Amino acid sequence: MKLGILVNEGPYTHQASDSAYQFVKAALAKGHQVCRVFFYHDGVNNGTRLTVPPQDDRNIVKRWSELAAEHKLDLVVCIAAAQRRGLMDKSEAKRHGKDADNLAPGFRISGLGQLIEAGIEADRLVVFGD
Amino acid sequence: MTEENAGGVAKRFLYVNRRAPYGSIYALESLEVVLIGAAFEQDVSLAFLGDGVYQLAKGQDTKGLEVKNFSPTFRALEDYDVTKLYVEKEALEARGLTAADLVVPVEVVDAARMAEIMEAQDVILSF
Repeated sequence: MKLGILVNEGPYTHQASDSAYQFVKAALAKGHQVCRVFFYHDGVNNGTRLTVPPQDDRNIVKRWSELAAEHKLDLVVCIAAAQRRGLMDKSEAKRHGKDADNLAPGFRISGLGQLIEAGIEADRLVVFGD
Repeated sequence: MTEENAGGVAKRFLYVNRRAPYGSIYALESLEVVLIGAAFEQDVSLAFLGDGVYQLAKGQDTKGLEVKNFSPTFRALEDYDVTKLYVEKEALEARGLTAADLVVPVEVVDAARMAEIMEAQDVILSF
């Protein structure tokens, strides 16, 4: 089955991003295809490379990056939600005259159209949120 | 069934709005998805449940909150061909509201009918 995933909550604050990660991992292990993981609302914070969780805790951002590298996952952070919350890649930082960028490896920033497209293309769009 | 569906292209998208318009960003960002999604020519419906019915209430004044009152945007949805708005009857009644208190024309449906509407969708985005 072809799956699209929507993650609506930030890491550590809420179970949603953990559940989404475990679901995606399990689905891939069962041979399903995950065509896109879209991060919206505070979910965009799953894509900041500047998180430094305690060493005895899971590293949620790194975990997403590694899963993306392993399975060629398309991890998309919503640009409008990202701008509100201070998430940016190099080109966005340059465009807005910011002195830093913080998007983690394996993530890309794009528009909400990518979420709708995932809904159209996937057999199921699974939403993880509050 | 819409003409697009007859061509086998469009999917039925339902946006479920469960939260009050202010106090969290979910309602505003849900509406942003609806507006972007409208360009994709899918079969779009909106549902308002629980405190979500407050999103459509007339006479919203957000000056004291220092946030934008986005309720007028619901009136623009018609221009995007988004005209199917379902409001949960029980949620309206529990809050002392009627369809006349809302900024746009809606179809008021009971929870059982709402469940049927949800059952008929291809994609449900819940905010």
